[in-house]
Amino acid sequence: MQRFVNNPDLVVEDTVKGFVKAHSDIVRLAENPRVVVAKNAPINGKVGIVTGGGSGHEPGFMGYTGKNMLDAVAVGELFSSPTAKSFHDAFREANAGAGVVCLYGNYAGDNMNVKMAIKLAAKEGIEVATVVANDDVCSAPLSEREKRRGVAGEIFMWKIGSAKATQGGTLEEVRVVAQKAIDNCRSIGVGLGPCTLPAVGHPNFQIEPGTMEVGIGHHGEPGVRVEPLKTAEEVARDMVKIVLDDHDLPSGTEVAVLVSGLGATPLNELYILNDTIETEITKRGLKVYRTYVGNYFTSLEMVGATLTVMALDDETKPLLDLETRCTMLL
Amino acid sequence: MQDNEARLLSRMFNKISEAMAKEKDYLTELDEAIGDADHGITMSLGFSAVASELSRSDLDSMSAAEVMAAAAATFLDAVGASTGPLYATGFVNAADKMGVERPLDAAGQVAMLRAITFGIQQRGKGLRGDKTMLDAWMPAADAAEAKAGEPGQIWSAACEAGELGARATQSMIALRGRAARLGERSLGHIDPGAASAVVILKAMRDTFDEKAAD
Repeated sequence: MQRFVNNPDLVVEDTVKGFVKAHSDIVRLAENPRVVVAKNAPINGKVGIVTGGGSGHEPGFMGYTGKNMLDAVAVGELFSSPTAKSFHDAFREANAGAGVVCLYGNYAGDNMNVKMAIKLAAKEGIEVATVVANDDVCSAPLSEREKRRGVAGEIFMWKIGSAKATQGGTLEEVRVVAQKAIDNCRSIGVGLGPCTLPAVGHPNFQIEPGTMEVGIGHHGEPGVRVEPLKTAEEVARDMVKIVLDDHDLPSGTEVAVLVSGLGATPLNELYILNDTIETEITKRGLKVYRTYVGNYFTSLEMVGATLTVMALDDETKPLLDLETRCTMLL
Repeated sequence: MQDNEARLLSRMFNKISEAMAKEKDYLTELDEAIGDADHGITMSLGFSAVASELSRSDLDSMSAAEVMAAAAATFLDAVGASTGPLYATGFVNAADKMGVERPLDAAGQVAMLRAITFGIQQRGKGLRGDKTMLDAWMPAADAAEAKAGEPGQIWSAACEAGELGARATQSMIALRGRAARLGERSLGHIDPGAASAVVILKAMRDTFDEKAAD
Protein backbone atom coordinates (compact mmCIF):
# COMPACT_ATOMS: atom_id res chain seq x y z
CA MET A 1 0.00 0.00 0.00
CA GLN A 2 1.60 3.23 -1.18
CA ARG A 3 -0.13 5.80 1.00
CA PHE A 4 0.58 8.91 3.07
CA VAL A 5 -0.62 7.68 6.43
CA ASN A 6 0.67 7.97 10.00
CA ASN A 7 -1.43 5.64 12.10
CA PRO A 8 -4.10 3.88 10.00
CA ASP A 9 -6.49 4.15 12.95
CA LEU A 10 -6.05 7.94 13.08
CA VAL A 11 -6.61 8.71 9.42
CA VAL A 12 -9.79 10.70 10.05
CA GLU A 13 -8.36 12.71 12.98
CA ASP A 14 -5.29 13.60 10.94
CA THR A 15 -7.36 14.48 7.86
CA VAL A 16 -9.65 16.83 9.77
CA LYS A 17 -6.73 18.51 11.53
CA GLY A 18 -4.98 19.22 8.24
CA PHE A 19 -8.22 20.33 6.62
CA VAL A 20 -9.03 22.86 9.30
CA LYS A 21 -5.50 24.25 9.21
CA ALA A 22 -5.65 24.62 5.43
CA HIS A 23 -9.03 26.34 5.38
CA SER A 24 -9.09 28.33 8.60
CA ASP A 25 -10.41 31.32 6.64
CA ILE A 26 -13.60 29.38 5.82
CA VAL A 27 -14.15 26.84 8.59
CA ARG A 28 -13.53 26.17 12.25
CA LEU A 29 -13.61 23.03 14.32
CA ALA A 30 -16.43 22.65 16.84
CA GLU A 31 -15.76 21.54 20.40
CA ASN A 32 -16.56 18.07 19.04
CA PRO A 33 -13.51 17.36 16.83
CA ARG A 34 -15.78 15.47 14.43
CA VAL A 35 -17.83 18.53 13.55
CA VAL A 36 -16.64 21.14 11.05
CA VAL A 37 -18.45 24.49 11.12
CA ALA A 38 -18.57 27.41 8.70
CA LYS A 39 -16.67 30.31 10.16
CA ASN A 40 -19.67 32.63 9.90
CA ALA A 41 -22.17 30.13 11.34
CA PRO A 42 -24.66 30.26 12.88
CA ILE A 43 -26.23 33.25 11.18
CA ASN A 44 -29.00 34.83 13.17
CA GLY A 45 -32.45 33.99 11.83
CA LYS A 46 -31.13 31.79 9.00
CA VAL A 47 -32.15 28.15 8.69
CA GLY A 48 -29.07 26.07 9.42
CA ILE A 49 -27.89 23.57 6.81
CA VAL A 50 -26.19 20.40 8.02
CA THR A 51 -24.91 17.25 6.41
CA GLY A 52 -22.65 14.44 7.47
CA GLY A 53 -21.22 11.23 6.17
CA GLY A 54 -18.32 8.86 6.27
CA SER A 55 -14.79 10.07 5.57
CA GLY A 56 -12.80 9.04 2.51
CA HIS A 57 -14.99 11.04 0.11
CA GLU A 58 -13.03 14.30 0.41
CA PRO A 59 -13.73 17.02 -0.43
CA GLY A 60 -17.08 15.26 0.13
CA PHE A 61 -18.99 16.52 3.11
CA MET A 62 -16.72 18.86 5.10
CA GLY A 63 -15.24 20.51 1.98
CA TYR A 64 -18.65 22.00 1.26
CA THR A 65 -18.83 23.88 4.55
CA GLY A 66 -18.72 27.62 4.09
CA LYS A 67 -20.43 30.85 3.25
CA ASN A 68 -23.80 30.34 1.53
CA MET A 69 -23.16 26.61 1.77
CA LEU A 70 -23.27 24.10 4.62
CA ASP A 71 -23.20 25.55 8.12
CA ALA A 72 -21.99 22.42 9.90
CA VAL A 73 -20.86 18.95 8.89
CA ALA A 74 -20.62 15.76 10.96
CA VAL A 75 -17.57 13.69 10.10
CA GLY A 76 -17.65 9.89 10.33
CA GLU A 77 -14.98 7.20 10.26
CA LEU A 78 -13.82 6.09 6.81
CA PHE A 79 -16.88 5.00 4.84
CA SER A 80 -18.93 4.92 8.03
CA SER A 81 -21.75 7.13 9.25
CA PRO A 82 -20.94 9.83 11.81
CA THR A 83 -22.20 9.17 15.33
CA ALA A 84 -25.59 10.42 16.46
CA LYS A 85 -23.69 12.71 18.83
CA SER A 86 -21.76 14.30 15.98
CA PHE A 87 -24.94 14.91 13.97
CA HIS A 88 -26.53 16.33 17.11
CA ASP A 89 -23.56 18.61 17.76
CA ALA A 90 -23.66 19.73 14.12
CA PHE A 91 -27.35 20.63 14.54
CA ARG A 92 -26.47 22.70 17.60
CA GLU A 93 -23.68 24.53 15.80
CA ALA A 94 -25.90 25.33 12.82
CA ASN A 95 -29.04 26.30 14.69
CA ALA A 96 -29.69 30.02 14.98
CA GLY A 97 -33.25 29.72 16.16
CA ALA A 98 -34.84 29.08 12.76
CA GLY A 99 -34.27 25.34 12.80
CA VAL A 100 -32.00 23.08 10.81
CA VAL A 101 -32.37 21.14 7.58
CA CYS A 102 -30.21 18.03 7.45
CA LEU A 103 -29.42 17.05 3.85
CA TYR A 104 -27.77 13.65 3.75
CA GLY A 105 -27.41 10.45 1.74
CA ASN A 106 -29.51 7.30 1.88
CA TYR A 107 -27.44 4.78 3.84
CA ALA A 108 -28.63 2.59 6.71
CA GLY A 109 -26.15 4.00 9.24
CA ASP A 110 -26.73 7.64 8.35
CA ASN A 111 -30.49 7.16 8.49
CA MET A 112 -30.33 5.73 12.01
CA ASN A 113 -27.81 8.20 13.42
CA VAL A 114 -29.64 11.21 11.99
CA LYS A 115 -32.91 9.92 13.45
CA MET A 116 -31.37 9.53 16.92
CA ALA A 117 -29.74 12.95 16.67
CA ILE A 118 -33.08 14.54 15.74
CA LYS A 119 -34.59 13.11 18.91
CA LEU A 120 -31.73 14.51 21.00
CA ALA A 121 -32.09 17.92 19.33
CA ALA A 122 -35.87 17.95 19.81
CA LYS A 123 -35.33 17.73 23.57
CA GLU A 124 -33.46 21.04 23.32
CA GLY A 125 -36.14 22.61 21.17
CA ILE A 126 -34.16 22.46 17.92
CA GLU A 127 -36.41 21.66 14.99
CA VAL A 128 -34.75 19.51 12.32
CA ALA A 129 -36.16 18.69 8.88
CA THR A 130 -34.47 16.21 6.56
CA VAL A 131 -34.02 15.45 2.90
CA VAL A 132 -32.44 12.13 1.96
CA ALA A 133 -30.47 11.97 -1.28
CA ASN A 134 -31.15 9.02 -3.58
CA ASP A 135 -29.64 10.03 -6.92
CA ASP A 136 -27.64 6.86 -7.70
CA VAL A 137 -29.58 5.37 -10.61
CA CYS A 138 -27.99 1.91 -10.56
CA SER A 139 -28.48 1.21 -6.86
CA ALA A 140 -32.17 0.29 -7.25
CA PRO A 141 -34.79 0.37 -10.00
CA LEU A 142 -36.82 3.53 -10.57
CA SER A 143 -39.88 1.86 -9.05
CA GLU A 144 -37.94 1.57 -5.76
CA ARG A 145 -36.37 5.00 -5.83
CA GLU A 146 -36.55 5.32 -2.07
CA LYS A 147 -33.95 2.54 -1.83
CA ARG A 148 -31.39 4.28 -3.99
CA ARG A 149 -28.15 5.56 -2.49
CA GLY A 150 -27.13 9.17 -2.36
CA VAL A 151 -23.97 10.09 -4.25
CA ALA A 152 -22.55 13.21 -5.92
CA GLY A 153 -26.02 14.69 -6.48
CA GLU A 154 -25.85 15.59 -2.80
CA ILE A 155 -23.61 18.49 -3.77
CA PHE A 156 -26.38 20.04 -5.88
CA MET A 157 -28.89 19.40 -3.09
CA TRP A 158 -26.59 21.19 -0.63
CA LYS A 159 -25.99 24.10 -2.96
CA ILE A 160 -29.67 24.65 -3.76
CA GLY A 161 -30.85 24.16 -0.16
CA SER A 162 -28.11 26.38 1.25
CA ALA A 163 -28.81 29.15 -1.25
CA LYS A 164 -32.48 29.12 -0.33
CA ALA A 165 -31.58 29.40 3.35
CA THR A 166 -29.26 32.31 2.60
CA GLN A 167 -32.11 34.07 0.82
CA GLY A 168 -34.22 33.81 3.95
CA GLY A 169 -36.23 30.69 3.12
CA THR A 170 -38.16 29.12 5.98
CA LEU A 171 -37.41 25.63 7.25
CA GLU A 172 -40.19 24.21 5.09
CA GLU A 173 -39.21 26.23 2.00
CA VAL A 174 -35.60 25.09 2.28
CA ARG A 175 -36.64 21.47 2.75
CA VAL A 176 -38.97 21.57 -0.24
CA VAL A 177 -36.47 23.11 -2.65
CA ALA A 178 -33.66 20.79 -1.50
CA GLN A 179 -36.02 17.87 -2.09
CA LYS A 180 -36.78 19.24 -5.55
CA ALA A 181 -33.06 19.54 -6.28
CA ILE A 182 -32.35 15.91 -5.43
CA ASP A 183 -35.51 14.71 -7.17
CA ASN A 184 -34.13 16.38 -10.28
CA CYS A 185 -30.71 14.68 -9.95
CA ARG A 186 -29.58 11.42 -11.48
CA SER A 187 -26.09 9.97 -11.04
CA ILE A 188 -24.05 7.03 -12.28
CA GLY A 189 -20.58 5.78 -11.32
CA VAL A 190 -18.13 3.75 -13.38
CA GLY A 191 -15.27 2.06 -11.54
CA LEU A 192 -11.95 1.04 -13.09
CA GLY A 193 -9.99 0.18 -9.94
CA PRO A 194 -10.82 -0.57 -6.29
CA CYS A 195 -9.96 1.34 -3.11
CA THR A 196 -8.36 0.35 0.18
CA LEU A 197 -9.16 1.33 3.76
CA PRO A 198 -5.72 2.00 5.31
CA ALA A 199 -6.60 0.08 8.49
CA VAL A 200 -7.48 -2.96 6.37
CA GLY A 201 -4.50 -2.71 4.04
CA HIS A 202 -5.93 -4.30 0.91
CA PRO A 203 -8.95 -3.62 -1.29
CA ASN A 204 -12.22 -5.20 -0.21
CA PHE A 205 -13.47 -5.60 -3.75
CA GLN A 206 -11.76 -6.25 -7.05
CA ILE A 207 -12.04 -4.80 -10.50
CA GLU A 208 -10.06 -6.99 -12.87
CA PRO A 209 -7.61 -5.14 -15.13
CA GLY A 210 -9.13 -4.54 -18.53
CA THR A 211 -12.66 -4.42 -17.12
CA MET A 212 -14.93 -1.76 -15.68
CA GLU A 213 -17.85 -1.88 -13.30
CA VAL A 214 -20.82 0.16 -14.54
CA GLY A 215 -23.04 1.53 -11.79
CA ILE A 216 -20.51 1.12 -8.98
CA GLY A 217 -21.34 2.79 -5.65
CA HIS A 218 -19.29 5.24 -3.61
CA HIS A 219 -17.95 2.45 -1.39
CA GLY A 220 -17.43 -0.09 -4.14
CA GLU A 221 -20.97 -1.43 -3.98
CA PRO A 222 -21.36 -3.61 -7.06
CA GLY A 223 -22.88 -2.06 -10.12
CA VAL A 224 -25.25 -3.42 -12.71
CA ARG A 225 -22.64 -4.96 -14.98
CA VAL A 226 -18.96 -5.70 -15.38
CA GLU A 227 -17.68 -5.41 -18.92
CA PRO A 228 -14.47 -4.93 -20.87
CA LEU A 229 -13.09 -1.40 -20.57
CA LYS A 230 -14.14 0.66 -23.56
CA THR A 231 -12.98 4.00 -24.95
CA ALA A 232 -13.78 7.16 -23.00
CA GLU A 233 -16.26 8.12 -25.69
CA GLU A 234 -18.17 4.86 -25.37
CA VAL A 235 -18.12 5.00 -21.56
CA ALA A 236 -19.36 8.61 -21.55
CA ARG A 237 -22.16 7.70 -23.96
CA ASP A 238 -23.23 4.82 -21.71
CA MET A 239 -23.19 7.08 -18.66
CA VAL A 240 -25.35 9.72 -20.31
CA LYS A 241 -27.75 7.09 -21.58
CA ILE A 242 -28.19 5.43 -18.18
CA VAL A 243 -28.70 8.76 -16.42
CA LEU A 244 -31.09 10.31 -18.92
CA ASP A 245 -33.09 7.17 -19.69
CA ASP A 246 -34.00 7.19 -16.01
CA HIS A 247 -35.20 10.78 -16.15
CA ASP A 248 -37.80 11.79 -18.66
CA LEU A 249 -36.82 15.40 -19.37
CA PRO A 250 -38.67 17.56 -21.92
CA SER A 251 -36.60 18.85 -24.80
CA GLY A 252 -35.09 22.25 -24.05
CA THR A 253 -34.63 21.54 -20.33
CA GLU A 254 -31.56 23.21 -18.91
CA VAL A 255 -29.28 21.00 -16.85
CA ALA A 256 -26.29 21.30 -14.55
CA VAL A 257 -23.62 18.65 -15.10
CA LEU A 258 -21.13 17.34 -12.58
CA VAL A 259 -18.32 15.02 -13.65
CA SER A 260 -16.40 13.90 -10.58
CA GLY A 261 -13.35 11.71 -10.25
CA LEU A 262 -13.48 8.93 -7.67
CA GLY A 263 -10.03 9.70 -6.29
CA ALA A 264 -7.33 8.27 -8.53
CA THR A 265 -8.45 9.27 -12.00
CA PRO A 266 -6.45 12.10 -13.54
CA LEU A 267 -8.33 15.31 -14.16
CA ASN A 268 -7.52 15.22 -17.86
CA GLU A 269 -9.49 11.99 -18.23
CA LEU A 270 -12.50 13.66 -16.62
CA TYR A 271 -12.29 16.34 -19.29
CA ILE A 272 -12.04 13.66 -21.97
CA LEU A 273 -15.26 12.14 -20.59
CA ASN A 274 -16.94 15.53 -20.39
CA ASP A 275 -16.21 16.25 -24.05
CA THR A 276 -18.53 13.40 -25.07
CA ILE A 277 -20.92 13.91 -22.15
CA GLU A 278 -21.77 17.43 -23.24
CA THR A 279 -22.16 16.39 -26.89
CA GLU A 280 -24.48 13.54 -25.95
CA ILE A 281 -26.60 15.63 -23.59
CA THR A 282 -26.99 18.30 -26.26
CA LYS A 283 -27.93 15.66 -28.85
CA ARG A 284 -30.84 14.72 -26.64
CA GLY A 285 -32.23 18.22 -26.90
CA LEU A 286 -31.13 19.39 -23.46
CA LYS A 287 -29.12 22.52 -22.72
CA VAL A 288 -26.08 22.39 -20.50
CA TYR A 289 -26.37 25.47 -18.29
CA ARG A 290 -23.29 24.82 -16.18
CA THR A 291 -20.63 22.14 -15.89
CA TYR A 292 -18.41 21.19 -12.99
CA VAL A 293 -15.44 18.89 -13.61
CA GLY A 294 -13.07 17.80 -10.85
CA ASN A 295 -12.64 15.64 -7.81
CA TYR A 296 -15.85 16.79 -6.14
CA PHE A 297 -16.85 13.58 -4.41
CA THR A 298 -14.28 10.80 -4.17
CA SER A 299 -13.91 7.29 -2.77
CA LEU A 300 -10.37 7.16 -1.40
CA GLU A 301 -8.13 6.06 -4.31
CA MET A 302 -10.81 4.42 -6.42
CA VAL A 303 -10.18 4.75 -10.14
CA GLY A 304 -13.30 5.88 -11.92
CA ALA A 305 -15.76 8.70 -12.38
CA THR A 306 -19.32 9.69 -11.68
CA LEU A 307 -21.72 11.72 -13.76
CA THR A 308 -24.55 13.70 -12.17
CA VAL A 309 -27.16 15.58 -14.19
CA MET A 310 -29.58 17.94 -12.46
CA ALA A 311 -32.56 19.36 -14.32
CA LEU A 312 -33.02 23.07 -13.58
CA ASP A 313 -36.05 25.33 -13.54
CA ASP A 314 -36.79 28.98 -12.87
CA GLU A 315 -36.61 28.42 -9.15
CA THR A 316 -33.44 26.34 -8.88
CA LYS A 317 -31.39 28.14 -11.56
CA PRO A 318 -30.90 31.39 -9.62
CA LEU A 319 -30.15 29.36 -6.50
CA LEU A 320 -27.41 27.51 -8.38
CA ASP A 321 -26.07 30.91 -9.44
CA LEU A 322 -25.69 32.24 -5.91
CA GLU A 323 -22.05 32.76 -5.10
CA THR A 324 -20.57 30.50 -2.43
CA ARG A 325 -17.32 30.28 -0.60
CA CYS A 326 -16.23 26.76 0.32
CA THR A 327 -13.18 24.73 -0.67
CA MET A 328 -14.64 23.83 -4.06
CA LEU A 329 -15.69 25.91 -7.03
CA LEU A 330 -19.47 25.94 -7.10
CA MET B 1 -25.64 -6.47 46.54
CA GLN B 2 -26.06 -3.56 44.21
CA ASP B 3 -22.33 -2.87 43.80
CA ASN B 4 -21.82 -6.51 42.86
CA GLU B 5 -24.37 -6.24 40.11
CA ALA B 6 -22.73 -3.12 38.68
CA ARG B 7 -19.34 -4.78 38.81
CA LEU B 8 -20.72 -7.90 37.19
CA LEU B 9 -22.01 -5.90 34.23
CA SER B 10 -18.79 -3.97 33.99
CA ARG B 11 -16.93 -7.32 33.88
CA MET B 12 -19.28 -8.40 31.14
CA PHE B 13 -18.45 -5.36 29.02
CA ASN B 14 -14.76 -5.94 29.67
CA LYS B 15 -15.05 -9.47 28.41
CA ILE B 16 -16.96 -8.31 25.34
CA SER B 17 -14.27 -5.72 24.66
CA GLU B 18 -11.45 -8.29 24.96
CA ALA B 19 -13.27 -10.80 22.79
CA MET B 20 -14.03 -8.18 20.15
CA ALA B 21 -10.37 -7.14 19.99
CA LYS B 22 -9.44 -10.79 19.51
CA GLU B 23 -12.01 -11.33 16.76
CA LYS B 24 -11.41 -8.01 15.02
CA ASP B 25 -9.57 -9.47 12.03
CA TYR B 26 -12.06 -12.31 11.59
CA LEU B 27 -14.97 -9.86 11.59
CA THR B 28 -13.12 -7.61 9.17
CA GLU B 29 -12.65 -10.57 6.85
CA LEU B 30 -16.36 -11.36 6.93
CA ASP B 31 -17.24 -7.73 6.31
CA GLU B 32 -14.84 -7.49 3.39
CA ALA B 33 -16.88 -10.07 1.55
CA ILE B 34 -20.21 -8.27 1.72
CA GLY B 35 -19.66 -4.90 3.39
CA ASP B 36 -16.97 -2.28 3.59
CA ALA B 37 -14.55 -4.07 5.89
CA ASP B 38 -14.99 -1.82 8.90
CA HIS B 39 -17.15 -3.97 11.16
CA GLY B 40 -14.33 -5.50 13.22
CA ILE B 41 -12.71 -2.12 13.75
CA THR B 42 -16.00 -0.46 14.66
CA MET B 43 -17.09 -3.11 17.16
CA SER B 44 -13.71 -3.30 18.81
CA LEU B 45 -13.47 0.48 19.07
CA GLY B 46 -16.99 0.78 20.49
CA PHE B 47 -16.64 -1.82 23.23
CA SER B 48 -13.17 -0.70 24.19
CA ALA B 49 -14.65 2.78 24.70
CA VAL B 50 -17.36 1.26 26.91
CA ALA B 51 -14.84 -0.75 28.94
CA SER B 52 -12.61 2.24 29.47
CA GLU B 53 -15.55 4.48 30.42
CA LEU B 54 -16.73 1.92 32.98
CA SER B 55 -13.22 1.54 34.38
CA ARG B 56 -13.31 5.25 35.19
CA SER B 57 -16.80 5.07 36.72
CA ASP B 58 -17.60 4.76 40.39
CA LEU B 59 -19.20 1.35 40.15
CA ASP B 60 -19.83 1.15 43.89
CA SER B 61 -22.41 3.88 43.65
CA MET B 62 -24.03 2.72 40.42
CA SER B 63 -26.93 0.36 39.83
CA ALA B 64 -26.81 -2.25 37.10
CA ALA B 65 -29.29 -0.18 35.09
CA GLU B 66 -27.01 2.83 35.36
CA VAL B 67 -24.05 0.80 34.11
CA MET B 68 -26.15 -0.36 31.16
CA ALA B 69 -27.26 3.20 30.39
CA ALA B 70 -23.66 4.44 30.58
CA ALA B 71 -22.60 1.66 28.20
CA ALA B 72 -25.34 2.70 25.78
CA ALA B 73 -24.36 6.37 25.83
CA THR B 74 -20.66 5.62 25.43
CA PHE B 75 -21.22 3.17 22.60
CA LEU B 76 -23.43 5.66 20.77
CA ASP B 77 -20.86 8.42 21.12
CA ALA B 78 -18.01 6.20 19.99
CA VAL B 79 -19.61 4.37 17.09
CA GLY B 80 -21.34 5.73 14.05
CA ALA B 81 -22.29 3.34 11.27
CA SER B 82 -25.53 1.49 11.95
CA THR B 83 -24.08 -0.58 14.77
CA GLY B 84 -23.85 2.50 17.01
CA PRO B 85 -27.59 3.25 17.13
CA LEU B 86 -28.56 -0.43 17.04
CA TYR B 87 -26.58 -1.52 20.10
CA ALA B 88 -27.13 1.76 21.92
CA THR B 89 -30.89 1.30 21.56
CA GLY B 90 -30.58 -2.32 22.72
CA PHE B 91 -28.63 -1.32 25.82
CA VAL B 92 -30.92 1.62 26.61
CA ASN B 93 -33.89 -0.70 26.40
CA ALA B 94 -32.15 -3.18 28.70
CA ALA B 95 -31.39 -0.40 31.19
CA ASP B 96 -35.04 0.71 31.14
CA LYS B 97 -36.30 -2.79 31.74
CA MET B 98 -33.79 -3.72 34.43
CA GLY B 99 -35.36 -4.34 37.82
CA VAL B 100 -34.05 -2.75 40.99
CA GLU B 101 -34.18 -5.97 42.99
CA ARG B 102 -31.68 -8.60 41.86
CA PRO B 103 -31.54 -7.26 38.31
CA LEU B 104 -29.13 -9.93 37.18
CA ASP B 105 -30.39 -13.17 38.65
CA ALA B 106 -31.26 -15.86 36.11
CA ALA B 107 -34.60 -14.31 35.23
CA GLY B 108 -32.98 -10.88 35.02
CA GLN B 109 -30.31 -12.18 32.64
CA VAL B 110 -32.94 -13.62 30.34
CA ALA B 111 -34.90 -10.37 30.50
CA MET B 112 -31.75 -8.41 29.67
CA LEU B 113 -31.05 -10.55 26.64
CA ARG B 114 -34.62 -10.12 25.42
CA ALA B 115 -34.56 -6.37 26.04
CA ILE B 116 -31.33 -5.89 24.08
CA THR B 117 -32.76 -7.94 21.22
CA PHE B 118 -36.01 -6.03 21.26
CA GLY B 119 -34.23 -2.66 21.22
CA ILE B 120 -32.18 -3.70 18.18
CA GLN B 121 -35.36 -4.89 16.45
CA GLN B 122 -37.11 -1.61 17.10
CA ARG B 123 -34.25 0.53 15.87
CA GLY B 124 -33.40 -1.45 12.75
CA LYS B 125 -36.95 -2.53 11.91
CA GLY B 126 -35.40 -5.84 10.98
CA LEU B 127 -36.90 -9.29 10.89
CA ARG B 128 -35.47 -12.73 11.29
CA GLY B 129 -34.11 -13.93 7.97
CA ASP B 130 -33.02 -10.46 6.77
CA LYS B 131 -29.38 -11.53 7.21
CA THR B 132 -28.51 -9.19 10.06
CA MET B 133 -27.36 -9.38 13.68
CA LEU B 134 -30.96 -10.19 14.59
CA ASP B 135 -30.51 -13.65 13.09
CA ALA B 136 -28.23 -14.36 16.06
CA TRP B 137 -29.95 -12.25 18.75
CA MET B 138 -33.52 -13.43 18.19
CA PRO B 139 -32.92 -17.20 18.36
CA ALA B 140 -30.55 -16.63 21.30
CA ALA B 141 -33.24 -14.76 23.25
CA ASP B 142 -35.82 -17.43 22.38
CA ALA B 143 -33.51 -20.22 23.52
CA ALA B 144 -32.68 -18.42 26.77
CA GLU B 145 -36.36 -17.96 27.54
CA ALA B 146 -37.02 -21.62 26.85
CA LYS B 147 -34.37 -22.53 29.43
CA ALA B 148 -35.47 -19.98 32.02
CA GLY B 149 -36.41 -22.82 34.37
CA GLU B 150 -32.89 -24.29 34.24
CA PRO B 151 -30.59 -21.39 35.15
CA GLY B 152 -27.43 -23.39 34.43
CA GLN B 153 -28.45 -23.87 30.80
CA ILE B 154 -29.50 -20.37 29.82
CA TRP B 155 -26.31 -19.12 28.29
CA SER B 156 -25.10 -22.30 26.66
CA ALA B 157 -28.50 -22.56 24.99
CA ALA B 158 -28.44 -18.90 23.95
CA CYS B 159 -24.95 -19.20 22.47
CA GLU B 160 -25.75 -22.39 20.62
CA ALA B 161 -28.90 -20.91 19.10
CA GLY B 162 -27.12 -17.65 18.27
CA GLU B 163 -24.29 -19.50 16.57
CA LEU B 164 -26.68 -21.61 14.54
CA GLY B 165 -28.55 -18.46 13.56
CA ALA B 166 -25.36 -16.71 12.52
CA ARG B 167 -24.28 -19.70 10.47
CA ALA B 168 -27.67 -19.80 8.79
CA THR B 169 -27.11 -16.26 7.45
CA GLN B 170 -24.83 -17.89 4.87
CA SER B 171 -27.86 -19.13 2.99
CA MET B 172 -29.74 -15.84 3.26
CA ILE B 173 -29.92 -12.91 0.90
CA ALA B 174 -29.34 -9.64 2.73
CA LEU B 175 -32.44 -7.48 2.96
CA ARG B 176 -31.18 -4.76 5.31
CA GLY B 177 -28.03 -2.82 5.98
CA ARG B 178 -25.25 -2.22 3.52
CA ALA B 179 -25.09 -5.82 2.30
CA ALA B 180 -28.67 -5.43 1.06
CA ARG B 181 -27.20 -3.53 -1.89
CA LEU B 182 -25.57 -6.78 -3.00
CA GLY B 183 -28.78 -8.79 -3.31
CA GLU B 184 -27.97 -12.35 -4.32
CA ARG B 185 -24.27 -11.68 -4.22
CA SER B 186 -24.50 -11.76 -0.43
CA LEU B 187 -25.35 -15.49 -0.58
CA GLY B 188 -22.75 -17.85 0.86
CA HIS B 189 -21.33 -15.33 3.32
CA ILE B 190 -21.91 -15.15 7.07
CA ASP B 191 -23.31 -11.78 8.08
CA PRO B 192 -20.60 -9.94 10.05
CA GLY B 193 -23.20 -8.38 12.36
CA ALA B 194 -24.56 -11.81 13.26
CA ALA B 195 -21.01 -13.07 13.82
CA SER B 196 -20.17 -10.22 16.19
CA ALA B 197 -23.45 -10.81 18.03
CA VAL B 198 -22.20 -14.33 18.76
CA VAL B 199 -18.95 -12.86 20.11
CA ILE B 200 -21.02 -10.75 22.50
CA LEU B 201 -23.25 -13.67 23.50
CA LYS B 202 -20.24 -15.83 24.31
CA ALA B 203 -18.67 -13.11 26.44
CA MET B 204 -21.98 -12.80 28.28
CA ARG B 205 -22.04 -16.55 28.79
CA ASP B 206 -18.48 -16.55 30.17
CA THR B 207 -19.34 -13.71 32.56
CA PHE B 208 -22.53 -15.23 33.96
CA ASP B 209 -21.27 -18.83 34.05
CA GLU B 210 -18.21 -17.63 35.96
CA LYS B 211 -20.50 -15.89 38.42
CA ALA B 212 -22.59 -19.02 38.87
CA ALA B 213 -19.44 -21.04 39.59
CA ASP B 214 -18.41 -18.65 42.39
